[in-house]
Amino acid sequence: MNVRHYTPRQQIALFHFVIILQKLKGHEEVNPETPYTSDTVGNPGAAPPRLPFSRVTQEDLAFFRTLLPGRTITDPDLLKSSNVDWLKTVEGNSEVLLRPKTTEEVSQILRYCNERNLAVCPQGGNTGLVGGSVPVFDEIILSTSLMKQVITFDNISGILTCQAGCVLENLSNYLEERDFIMPLDLGAKGSCHIGGNVSTNAGGLRLLRYGSLRGTVLGLEVVLADGRILNCLATLRKDNTGYDLKQLFIGSEGTLGVITAVSILCPRKPKAVNVAFLGCSSFQQLLETFQCCRGMLGEILSAFEFLDASCMSLLEKHLKLTNPITESPFYIVIETAGSNATHDEEKLHKFLEEVMTSSLVTDGTVATEATKIKALWSLRERVTEALTHEGYTYKYDISLPVEKIYDLVQDMRGHLGDMAKNVVGYGHVGDGNLHLNITSPSKDPALLAAIEPYVYEWTSKWKGSISAEHGLGLKKRNYIYYSKPSEAVALMGSIKAMLDPKGILNPYKTLPDNIH
Amino acid sequence: CFAPFLCLRPPQIRVKPDRTGVVTDGVKHSMNPFCEIAVEEAVKLKEKKLVKEVVAVSCGPQQVQETIRTALAMGADRGIHVEVSGKDYETLGPLQVSKIFAALAKKEQADLIILGKQAIDDDCNQTGQMTAALLDWPTLAFSSEDVTLEADKLKVVREIDGGLETIKINLPAVVTADLRLNTPRYATLPNIMKAKKKKITNVKPADLGVDVSSRLEVLKVDEPPQRQSGVKVETVHDLVEKLKEAGRI
Repeated sequence: MNVRHYTPRQQIALFHFVIILQKLKGHEEVNPETPYTSDTVGNPGAAPPRLPFSRVTQEDLAFFRTLLPGRTITDPDLLKSSNVDWLKTVEGNSEVLLRPKTTEEVSQILRYCNERNLAVCPQGGNTGLVGGSVPVFDEIILSTSLMKQVITFDNISGILTCQAGCVLENLSNYLEERDFIMPLDLGAKGSCHIGGNVSTNAGGLRLLRYGSLRGTVLGLEVVLADGRILNCLATLRKDNTGYDLKQLFIGSEGTLGVITAVSILCPRKPKAVNVAFLGCSSFQQLLETFQCCRGMLGEILSAFEFLDASCMSLLEKHLKLTNPITESPFYIVIETAGSNATHDEEKLHKFLEEVMTSSLVTDGTVATEATKIKALWSLRERVTEALTHEGYTYKYDISLPVEKIYDLVQDMRGHLGDMAKNVVGYGHVGDGNLHLNITSPSKDPALLAAIEPYVYEWTSKWKGSISAEHGLGLKKRNYIYYSKPSEAVALMGSIKAMLDPKGILNPYKTLPDNIH
Repeated sequence: CFAPFLCLRPPQIRVKPDRTGVVTDGVKHSMNPFCEIAVEEAVKLKEKKLVKEVVAVSCGPQQVQETIRTALAMGADRGIHVEVSGKDYETLGPLQVSKIFAALAKKEQADLIILGKQAIDDDCNQTGQMTAALLDWPTLAFSSEDVTLEADKLKVVREIDGGLETIKINLPAVVTADLRLNTPRYATLPNIMKAKKKKITNVKPADLGVDVSSRLEVLKVDEPPQRQSGVKVETVHDLVEKLKEAGRI
């Protein structure tokens, strides 16, 4: 069926229609092998039926055990945590977890799996939020947890080369001792792997200042589906020789190749970091504060984040954090990073005086000292954690024109009424990226039906992205048409078919089910 | 009054090559956490109308003013910066600071001195007690619950090994603040703005008749011995063998 000529909404409707038809025909659409037990069939976020990959045999295990002695895990207890995502919303049933240490081992694994037609799920820190990091069925989990060596670091150019399994926080610590920092920072830093960050083109808190991984990653080493090692691990700032292949793999969520090493450009550690926590009485004033901030803090601004009053009450209720200022409808976290403390403080104080006297901001506080800075940041970074205590969270990571961001939260509140327990908004407002979160005491299909596709249609109407930085993974793959035209998706399908003809790399993820 | 600002421990403390101390250049300095608690307590006493005026004092080089401003933003009324810099600052210890505080207390006719129980860079825990001794005032160290006034006496609860001890002492007195005394407030913007207009007077130790030369000479400062890396073993058998090799069993 050629769905290219229909609108996204029509495509989803057709999708549902097909499912129902097949159900009526008695096809195995209602498949005992789908990992969701309580989702209704016909939910575009649920898994499709298992594709006809081979199943792991004793011979396969023998091969892996010879290749990776002591690092071929088959114990169900040990496998459990790698089969479930961080949000505990998706669970696969892989029976094999492999822990290679070198690129060569990854190459041999993939060559073997490709020949045997065994599906593989690459896994880093397993902190993804769209079900992309865990198996859907019995895919072999290929973990980067033992690939954690720093290969080189040049402290003149600031270029770091390391294996894909290095934990982001460990890299940050390594660099800070040498007076540099990683160009990205996110709440999951204590667990996420740099390979996973690159595969998902992670955004984070510093994107506003240092840009995305598409700019800071200088080179990649990738193992392709058939085991070929693609060494594009350049450490050059400028290299215009042919097509820039690494851009294909950045953000491909492990579906085009397994990233085994990364070279990345790191900025110098700022000598002076200040964090201001401000309160605004309306979103309009928040936006004007942002404009003022851009104008007066410009080159030293390194983060501009927001959270709403609902987020603050959850932080107070579940994590016992204190609000450092008076209650406001909106809160802003501003971070500056510069090379001269006195200059930066002067700029910051002038800015604060300006926004206070013009009443754009109703209250605020400033921190210059490490523990206080951490305390203020935790008010933004721990919102995700606070939400997990409210029951089941429906997460939406949306890019929109910046002035529309909070309209979506308010419209959603009106639209859902009593069906939802909480509707909260927070995120990287400086980048036009909203994290919309809706909670209910437990999973609620009726609530889900009210949220989707409403939220995606709303986003599509304003030409936004239905996944700003989290990626598509399992949960959002079928919504890609809300943000990308069918010609683009078709071309993605061709590239996937070219690089992974058997489709063994992270199947059921990223690309929608209905491309052929 | 509160104890001087100090060097906040950064991720990497390094010993100076000549082993006379630790490197403080370029290291971020800020208010000692226990002193912050002391400032908070002083401000609370003022809010309860038990004291008339809170004066924040710090001894050190120019950067100290920032710390005093923080105290002013938290609610102190005015500040006094006792200028000590260079070599004198490097050798400034609890005894000299106590002498400065004692002299200031007399000059300002203070009734109560509150300071942090100890500084987190040297962990001396001496300044409060020495100041009281020099003034012949009672000391109440390690206060852990609200300081209150009952009749003319200061009533304070402090933590001791066996539990809590409630003590009443006469004024004037010295009180040192322990961790659980309170949670210091954040200095909010309106107060930070107001603090800019509050007065900080500069004073030299000589003006107070205090000699800051040290009677102590640091012979050397060393880093603790490097922790040896461990060895990973594959099996219990290997572990037993290794322990035998090391003569442990």
